Amino acid sequence: MRQRRTPFGLLAAPMAWLVVAYLGALVAIFATAFFTTDPFTNKVVTTFTTENFSGLFTSTYLRIIGRTLLIAALVTILCMVIAVPFAYFMARVAPRRLRGVLVAAVLVPLWASYLVKAYAWRAMLQPEGVLDSVFGGTPGYGTVAVVLTLTYLWLPYMILPVYSGFERLPEAHLEASADLGGSTATTFRRIVLPSLTPAIVAGSVFTFSLSLGDYIAVQIVGGKLQVLGTAVRQNIVLDLPFAAALGTASVVIMVVYLTLAGRTGALDNL
Amino acid sequence: MSLSRGTKAALWGFALLVLAFVYVPIAVVALNSFNSDRTFGWPPPSLTTKWWSVAMHAEGPRDALWTSVKAGVGATIIALVLGALLALALTRFDFFGKRVINLLVILPIALPGIVTGIALQSMIQNVLQPVLGINAGLFTIIVGHATFCVVVVFNNVSARLRRMGASLEAASADLGARPWQTMRLVTLPLVRSSLVAGAVLAFGLSFDEIVVTTFTAGPGTPTLPIWIFNNLFRPNQAPVVNVVAVVLVLISILPVWAAQRLGGEAAAESRI
Repeated sequence: MRQRRTPFGLLAAPMAWLVVAYLGALVAIFATAFFTTDPFTNKVVTTFTTENFSGLFTSTYLRIIGRTLLIAALVTILCMVIAVPFAYFMARVAPRRLRGVLVAAVLVPLWASYLVKAYAWRAMLQPEGVLDSVFGGTPGYGTVAVVLTLTYLWLPYMILPVYSGFERLPEAHLEASADLGGSTATTFRRIVLPSLTPAIVAGSVFTFSLSLGDYIAVQIVGGKLQVLGTAVRQNIVLDLPFAAALGTASVVIMVVYLTLAGRTGALDNL
Repeated sequence: MSLSRGTKAALWGFALLVLAFVYVPIAVVALNSFNSDRTFGWPPPSLTTKWWSVAMHAEGPRDALWTSVKAGVGATIIALVLGALLALALTRFDFFGKRVINLLVILPIALPGIVTGIALQSMIQNVLQPVLGINAGLFTIIVGHATFCVVVVFNNVSARLRRMGASLEAASADLGARPWQTMRLVTLPLVRSSLVAGAVLAFGLSFDEIVVTTFTAGPGTPTLPIWIFNNLFRPNQAPVVNVVAVVLVLISILPVWAAQRLGGEAAAESRI
């Protein structure tokens, strides 16, 4: 039973906070994307221009945006490929008493320090590090290292929704498919995957958008690699309006991705 | 769908591999904090507790730890009050603009941290400093952290409120309790453990945050993650960085354990 009125008393403080401390700052930074900087002092000057946005469409920045999208897509696909069989194992193969332990085993790295996890891969990838001494070689710091590290960082965000997806899938559907003569492969392709799509899409929203905005892990294991996040970081001091335009670009890409994801109906029960 | 024995064995193998992928890197950092080789060649030539005692007496990490604790406590208190109020408003009432407010609440964790970061930074530089005389420091760190910590408390408390339904509150009202009495005697005791779970997790989130903090912490007040990041590329600090990293992992996962006990299964998933 819900009351049909606006609870002003409850909302006043949180709304004042959100508007003053957050929304105001956010609107201001998006507005800054339309300003220019004084060439001598690097201070922001409030003359209207769309130059910052046309600057995004130069070959340098198009390449950076393209590279960032590619990394985000690769990370998302890798997370899917790892998460689906693993979540299936958690939900259907592992003995019931192990399930709680497995969920905890996925939740712990979700909360364990983001910075330390990225740093851990520096130690894994460094020359004469773990990969080098165990496998006799390391990809070194660069694109491969970034994709690997980001996959590592965001994997729990994919496993958990897919695991709940498997939990919600009724065993009876699988039995019905088998009774009607469906082989394991057919059942997986025609029953399991379609009912799992919303969960996978929901997970991909996290892996994609988190990869898109990341710059700390890229700085730690990426060597000199330039992505959207590092480009924003580099422009802040000298050209804040352009940094704001780059930030806006990442938000726009995310909104587009969210809209596409929303069309599949995957986000309705988030 | 019945799996052949071979497929099952393959899935077991795959799952063990994934778990190794997840835990080996963290274990390597932990082991490296005892590695006697300064450049962390692998495998470690021998083990030593020297770096732990060096780190214990280093001033930088100790100050940073203290800053992180104060920032975490400040942000958690703000998040607790605002998150609980929002959860009550959005689960117990229907009103115009509810969806917009809902979106606004989750925006700070949905948007890339760097966007929130530069927005807050330019707010500090253009408004707080010149107009109010507030410099980037502990206060601005707390404000920045509170913006996204609100979400965790909000998620925990809303989930509890939805699950328990409004019938007990309705019964209390039918029996003549005033709204404030119902709140104090019925609602609050029922959501208390979800409040605690949300608070513990908000503290964990704040303690570990680096992206927004980069832009809101002044040069004089590094938090623990900022301290690690500043010293990450300095070879002579590497051994101490490793020790601090292990401490950071331990402190950031403690809240999960506490929250699972207090808030039940779903609490620790409130970050998603």
